Amino acid sequence: MLRTFPKGGVHPPENKISADKPIEILPLPKQVAIPVSQHIGAPAKIIVNRKDKVKVGQIIASSGGFVSANIHSSVSGTIAKIDKVFDTSGYRKDVVIIDVEGDEWDDNILKSNDLIKQISYSKEEILKKITEAGIVGLGGATFPTHVKLAVPGGKKADILIINGVECEPYLTSDHRLMMEKSSELMVGTQLLMKALGVDKAIIGIENNKPDAIEKLTTLSKGFQGIEIQALKVKYPQGGEKQLIKAIINREVPSGALPIDVGAVVHNVGTAFAVYEAVQKNKPLFERVVTVTGKFVKSPKNLLVRIGTPTMQLIDAAGGLPENTGKVISGGPMMGKALNSLDAPVAKGTSGILLLSKDEAFRAETKACIRCAKCVNVCPMGLEPFLLMTVGERKIWDRMENERVMDCIECGSCSFVCPSNRPLLDYIRLGKNKVGQIIRQRKSN
Amino acid sequence: MSEIVLYTILTVTAVGVTAATILYFAAQKFKVFEDPRIDQVEEALPSANCGGCGYPGCRNFADACVKADNLDSLFCPVGGNETMAKVAKILGKEVAQQAPKVAVVKCNGQPKFRARINVYDGPISCTIEHMMGAGDTACQYGCLGGGECVEACKFDAIHMNPNTMLPEVIDELCTACGACVVACPRDIIELRTKNKKDRKIFVSCVSQDKGATTTKVCQVGCIGCSKCLKVCEYDAITIGNNLAFIDSDKCRLCRKCVDVCPTNSILEIGFPPRKLKKEDSGADINQSNA
Repeated sequence: MLRTFPKGGVHPPENKISADKPIEILPLPKQVAIPVSQHIGAPAKIIVNRKDKVKVGQIIASSGGFVSANIHSSVSGTIAKIDKVFDTSGYRKDVVIIDVEGDEWDDNILKSNDLIKQISYSKEEILKKITEAGIVGLGGATFPTHVKLAVPGGKKADILIINGVECEPYLTSDHRLMMEKSSELMVGTQLLMKALGVDKAIIGIENNKPDAIEKLTTLSKGFQGIEIQALKVKYPQGGEKQLIKAIINREVPSGALPIDVGAVVHNVGTAFAVYEAVQKNKPLFERVVTVTGKFVKSPKNLLVRIGTPTMQLIDAAGGLPENTGKVISGGPMMGKALNSLDAPVAKGTSGILLLSKDEAFRAETKACIRCAKCVNVCPMGLEPFLLMTVGERKIWDRMENERVMDCIECGSCSFVCPSNRPLLDYIRLGKNKVGQIIRQRKSN
Repeated sequence: MSEIVLYTILTVTAVGVTAATILYFAAQKFKVFEDPRIDQVEEALPSANCGGCGYPGCRNFADACVKADNLDSLFCPVGGNETMAKVAKILGKEVAQQAPKVAVVKCNGQPKFRARINVYDGPISCTIEHMMGAGDTACQYGCLGGGECVEACKFDAIHMNPNTMLPEVIDELCTACGACVVACPRDIIELRTKNKKDRKIFVSCVSQDKGATTTKVCQVGCIGCSKCLKVCEYDAITIGNNLAFIDSDKCRLCRKCVDVCPTNSILEIGFPPRKLKKEDSGADINQSNA
């Protein structure tokens, strides 16, 4: 019997079209636009000026607070301007635009692909290197990794969970990373274990990636303390709380963090980035992005420099299909439609999904028939239909009492609703408003 | 038989009298003194319960008026000076006259001026659309057309114009309670001092983008070029964040700024039509309200 989380969940069509496509390196773009706010928390402060020359891996914006991350140049060249362009948030945000000239890397970065297995750094050194490299959670939430590794006083982590679930349909970037960079991933996991001071790590992988499970299981015998756990395919298993419940059967209470039950969860992408940052001195300036969709000519997994315009990725995968309805950054469940094809790839961009006109648009909203499907599938045990009704009527205190802040925005409720009701939209609205009210209350 | 009737009457009367006595003393003991002036003030208020004064309803406002030492920070925008004078008379306090205000929608991004580059197919709610991104046009500051201001108005003073897809304020009905200002997630609506004959001059744009970006996304956006600033003789105009702002308290309605504005983002409303130029400007949009 394969493990999974017990409450709720859905199984959308997997559509992992690009699963067996090896990672290709996307040619350097002519110009990149690097957003300074690619993470949760304060935007980074720009420390370069127009006409400055930069090298690959050079810091161009420094962390704007504790919950923030450094931003590095992903190319070498000249700073063309500092402007505002549409990014994945749907708004024009500050970006540093760099004209690409050659490909000159910072001298400290080790360019060779040789595996460095020996960990010769102390806990503090590892943490410092991760902070400097500007690593954020690459699963999509982009929470700065060094903050997650700094365990608050009085709490203790006893297990590290590496998230190789990739439960979003279509996306295969983590899958490919696990297949092609397996040893690096293992070393990265050990680095994270050392930084956290734990001696056990479990990599959770869903059962639709048998090749990755097999490869990593064989490999894990050579790495002390790392185990592989195969999981039943169920969305949203990649959610931190669901994954903890599935793998070690601990339940994170409402309003608490995984560290409260002694667990810390990191994505496989993050573990690989940590390996590169610590062992190769390479900051986070490129990532694997899946470009996919049913009508895309050649779906691909691309290694992309941060700041590359989305259009370039689509061109590499055979161009924009004629019947494209929406271009989504991320997966179909939690991703967000882009409003400009010039939006740059950011640290949190795990995939670019092209949906056709038939797939993309929402069907007509009908009345709620009280079938309670949304209640059945909610992995957090909420009542989405009720939250939506209360949200439409703007009764924020009721919404708070109904634990709207527990919602992980997985979208399972909107996915199963037979009346196509915009459940998640109103829940997000409620989270936004209730969040404001809670912050106001705290500051008073 | 008659005995039963008699006993019943006696018992019920006894219970009644006892209960009445208890209730009388209870009422005396737990009596809450309430200033009778609160009722009087409440009577004088418009009973709109709109919350424009900052209190949850008219009764709470009346209570605040009675308890306050002076009426300086209290004002009922719906009733205006007339009501406040009545309130002041009841309470024997002084009240300063305040200039009446009116809500003004500061966006002129009609479809003909601002192209739709995207399709938004989510629920019709400005706040939700605002949370998702810039909306279906490329302007991330302008009106989304979801009509949350219309929903918020208790006086039926604001409506969506189906042609312009923008909200319009009916000046006679607007009480300047500020409900629409709060409802708008993009802070497009402003309360401005009312002028004679409902004449208005204002910058109908809130875009803080650089001029180059603004011209790309909307033909009538303010580009912050400062031409109006230079021509204004009354220091009514300030420029900040690539956006001009006309202070309605200082503006003397000379209309010089309207003439120099290169993007027609300054609107003049309620003026008699000019002889030659400006027929194609955005000034005709709200003309029907004048």
